[in-house]
Amino acid sequence: MTVTDTENTGSTEPQLSPAGNPMGFGRMLRKEDVRFLRGHGHYVDDVQLPGMLYSAILRSPYAHARIVSIDTSAAEAHPKVRAVITGATLEGLNLAWMPTLSHDVQAVLATDKVRFQGQEVAFVVADDRYAARDALELIDVEYEPLPPVMDATKALDPDAAVIRTDIEGKSDNHIFDWEAGDAAACDEAFAGAEVVVEQDMLYPRVHPAPIETCGTVASMDPITGKLTVWSTNQAPHAHRTLYAIVAGIPEHKIQIISPDIGGGFGNKVGIYPGYVLAVVGSIVTGKPVKWVEDRSENLMATAFARDYHMKGRIAATKDGKILAVQVDVLADHGAFNGTAQPTKFPAGFFHIFTGSYDLQAAHCKVTGVYTNKAPGGVAYACSFRITEAVYLVERMVDVLAYELGVDAGELRMKNLLRPEQFPYTSKTGWEYDSGDYPRALRKAMEIAGYDELRKEQAEKRERGELMGIGISFFTEGVGAGPRKHMDILGLGMADGSELRVHPTGKAQLRVSCQTQGQGHETTFAQIVAHELGIPPEDVEVIHGDTDNTPFGLGTYGSRSTPVSGAAAAVVSRRVRDKARIVAAAALECSPDDLEWTQGRWSVKGDPEQGRTIQEIAMLSHGSLELPEGVEGHLDASVVYNPPNLTYPFGAYICVVDVDADTGKVHVRRFIAVDDCGNRINPMIVEGQIHGGLAEGVGMALMQAIAFDEDGNCLGGSFLDYLLPTALECPSWETGATVTPSPHHPLGAKGVGESATVGSPPAVVNAVIDALKPYGVRHADMPLTPCQVWLAMQGRPARTDLALT
Amino acid sequence: MQTPASFEYERATSVEQALALLEQHGPEACLVAGGHSLLPMMKLRLATPEVLIDINELPDLGYVRVEGSEIAIGALARHVDLLASPVLREHYRIFEEAEHVIADPIVRNRGTVGGSLCQADPSEDLSAVCAALGARLVIQSAAGRRTVEARGFHVGPYETLVGPAEMLVEVRLPIRPGAGSAYQKVERRAGDYAIAAAGAFVVLEGGMVADVGVGIAAVGAPQFTAPGAEDYLRGKEPSEPHLAEAARLAAEATAPAVDQRGTVEYKRHLAGELVRRALRSAAARAAGQEG
Ligand SMILES: Cc1cc2nc3c(=O)[nH]c(=O)nc-3n(C[C@H](O)[C@H](O)[C@H](O)COP(=O)(O)OP(=O)(O)OC[C@H]3O[C@@H](n4cnc5c(N)ncnc54)[C@H](O)[C@@H]3O)c2cc1C
Repeated sequence: MTVTDTENTGSTEPQLSPAGNPMGFGRMLRKEDVRFLRGHGHYVDDVQLPGMLYSAILRSPYAHARIVSIDTSAAEAHPKVRAVITGATLEGLNLAWMPTLSHDVQAVLATDKVRFQGQEVAFVVADDRYAARDALELIDVEYEPLPPVMDATKALDPDAAVIRTDIEGKSDNHIFDWEAGDAAACDEAFAGAEVVVEQDMLYPRVHPAPIETCGTVASMDPITGKLTVWSTNQAPHAHRTLYAIVAGIPEHKIQIISPDIGGGFGNKVGIYPGYVLAVVGSIVTGKPVKWVEDRSENLMATAFARDYHMKGRIAATKDGKILAVQVDVLADHGAFNGTAQPTKFPAGFFHIFTGSYDLQAAHCKVTGVYTNKAPGGVAYACSFRITEAVYLVERMVDVLAYELGVDAGELRMKNLLRPEQFPYTSKTGWEYDSGDYPRALRKAMEIAGYDELRKEQAEKRERGELMGIGISFFTEGVGAGPRKHMDILGLGMADGSELRVHPTGKAQLRVSCQTQGQGHETTFAQIVAHELGIPPEDVEVIHGDTDNTPFGLGTYGSRSTPVSGAAAAVVSRRVRDKARIVAAAALECSPDDLEWTQGRWSVKGDPEQGRTIQEIAMLSHGSLELPEGVEGHLDASVVYNPPNLTYPFGAYICVVDVDADTGKVHVRRFIAVDDCGNRINPMIVEGQIHGGLAEGVGMALMQAIAFDEDGNCLGGSFLDYLLPTALECPSWETGATVTPSPHHPLGAKGVGESATVGSPPAVVNAVIDALKPYGVRHADMPLTPCQVWLAMQGRPARTDLALT
Repeated sequence: MQTPASFEYERATSVEQALALLEQHGPEACLVAGGHSLLPMMKLRLATPEVLIDINELPDLGYVRVEGSEIAIGALARHVDLLASPVLREHYRIFEEAEHVIADPIVRNRGTVGGSLCQADPSEDLSAVCAALGARLVIQSAAGRRTVEARGFHVGPYETLVGPAEMLVEVRLPIRPGAGSAYQKVERRAGDYAIAAAGAFVVLEGGMVADVGVGIAAVGAPQFTAPGAEDYLRGKEPSEPHLAEAARLAAEATAPAVDQRGTVEYKRHLAGELVRRALRSAAARAAGQEG
């Protein structure tokens, strides 16, 4: 399909390139799909190096146990085994522990204790994968089981076992307390409010579960001392710096290559023990070492998401004016504090929980605790915990509507921020850049036929049939972020970009971000096309190799278009400026006399006199005499430091039918109106939204990683941890409004996570709405048939624990 | 990547040869049909057979055909064959309805009837279907063939009457003219194993239930069935109160185990509800009222 779409982009570019692509923004097929659809993607597990060895990790069967002894002699005697590494080996190298992204440390291999089921205990390097796996069974570990802390709400009990005995003087499982907003103002608003409603809710532990699991091929050249690492990761440059810090290898001797990545969703932001172990394995054996985890390892041991126990309170007037929102959070961070978010924000951006509403006051308090579960917490397209924030506020608004007996749509309409309030500073300090919220909600209600749906629902209720309509209105803050406020491990969150136009007018754009399926190779080429008039097919986007791209913080938190996309636009403009000087020299006029139109500098008032960008590219590499101080060639570089986050928003409506006798939920319709500012490639935007909506259905209805009281992970395979399929997803009804970001050079906002963030509360609100005749006000996700049935009986289950 | 332990591989070209190979390699040998149950277990090393005997190439075991007053299904008939079979559609709609909700097309393209029944997973839908219909299963060994009742086939979870040097070769179903049948299942997601599932057939005579069978999967019903509910319904009108009582009796006969799919109480409730729906639909079909 080569249709240009102008409806959503805010700009009109009807021109098509020779290959039929838009000369800038608009729908075009993804360039990368040419290889993906033919099975020619190249993933980490496809990497084959001469002499490469394979590895496997022995993991703990216990959630909490002391390691009494480890006997590796039988494994070492296996004829195909090259090395067996334990925590003791690593202690000798000062590598047994590594820093996390949250100022904690994490065991690479357990030394003293194991702290979650699936924790890394020993590492085997062998001639092939089978031998490596066989050898795991030959390692004899003696454990002394300790009582595990599996219920976060009991982690701070005085008699709870202390998990982090490795931290000197630690006598409890407390990690941090953090707050935002104005507690006093909030108390005051609540004290004077006519209506106060409280609701406990859990956003259960879920997992990003990318189809490609995590892995690494590490190759340390013993002669040159150069370390090359192929790894599944979303932030190659940050990884390079981390390896330098962790392993003490000079940073200029480290090359990180992220080939094609089969989904990330935040799962591939951090460095896992397996990555470090592959490096150690290569150093020890002198050979390249491949480590690729299996599905259960991925689900049980890599970065999970959420696990927020929230106590929400909302204050309002009797006629439904919302005054304040307050929330206390108990955050389950697992055994090591390894959440990945900007340093100053231990709860991520959770404090954007005031949502899309005009409040008088807001306050939140977050307490982080250790439990005997895998570490992680910020992942699964959460925009640094905005998922939890949106869920909290959108559920609270519905709970309020329930108590007031008013329509949840009307209640929202009454309280949404108005367009004239932008830019708007929220009560917790965010500066929302732009928005027209009522327009988006009206549009969603129109597409849904909201009034008709309510009528149908009323008729069905008469007949005892359960139908529900759920609304969610979300605001995200994405595109981290301004260097002054946001860093990861001290690395400011600005992104570099380099653009080189070759003599024949074809270009290479180098970016620091890392696509995992988002379509950067297409979108970023379109940005260059838009700015320079070079067809998208003539722009190669280079990424995923630290030796060949400028520094930057990577792709997560919907930051690629807000930060790297802006960098691509600015660097293109720099090239355009340089091209202007070259064109002026060629046309023997002043650069001031030239104007830019569709890929060409021409003389104002005499458009015949001009040079296309392609002509200028050749001229700038040729013998044309250039003015003093202007170098030849046509290239530029930039570091883009975003002035603010971008604030995409959207209005979602979900319609469900619930079988009263089985508890089974059927999602009948889902309407999603997204406003992410200008859309560079509306098809890719819609793809991102479709994926996020499916994830929302998954979380709302079927996904959770629960644990039994012995510490067993109950979500360790795709038989237990369910991904939604096409059969659970309705045909998405998407719509758009366009409110450009005033500070982004393209007027764009991030959208990669919008639907994942915004959709779960719409589905949950719909199900709870359906159950209204049963007096149900809340039940925690996932709303499995059993959970729905239990909710109808007035006793929904805790979904973080094993059912009993 | 999940990596199975090492094993030997043999390909059988006849039932006799497969049985001889089983005999030769002893109890550590294992037949593999579609492999959709066995291979995942091997990858997780929950199963570590030393020898795999591949029976996929056995000729003439993939049939679904009428033989006199019975339908005969070869052990290597794939799920997809049952789903598409005109013979089964004509006589027992329960197969089409059950097959529609077993796994996904990829599994259905390879998974076999024999493998499903011999896997003896407590959630296996075809075990419930065969129990409901009162199927008879034909087991072959070097000594010859024997026929057993589906309702006595399961010795326990993952255990059947099939001995170490035997194989299941055929499923036989009595044709019951005028029978209506149906299958009902609730799962957390398409392709998931059932939280509970139930199937039934009903034959009516003069508006009364002349014959009936109930099959139940995933909730610990002994031999995947509920004879008490069947006995209750025989000779009665399939009225809503009677169906409800039969469903109650069926639910009572279950012994569900709690897991993340549901609590004991919910599963029992659900089993009853699904039995009721299956019976209702089977009765309506028997009465010619429903397609
Ligand atoms: C993702 C997935 C989802 C599934 N969902 C469902 C579901 O919803 N409902 C459901 O009922 N099932 C489900 N299944 C199970 C599926 O139906 C079975 O895996 C499959 O049909 C078993 O048949 P097979 O031929 O693949 O058996 P195999 O895996 O080849 O064999 C299974 C066992 O039976 C033995 N065996 C095989 N054939 C014979 C024979 N002729 N005689 C004696 N022993 C034999 C084997 O030795 C082995 O022990 C699912 C499976 C998967 C992978």
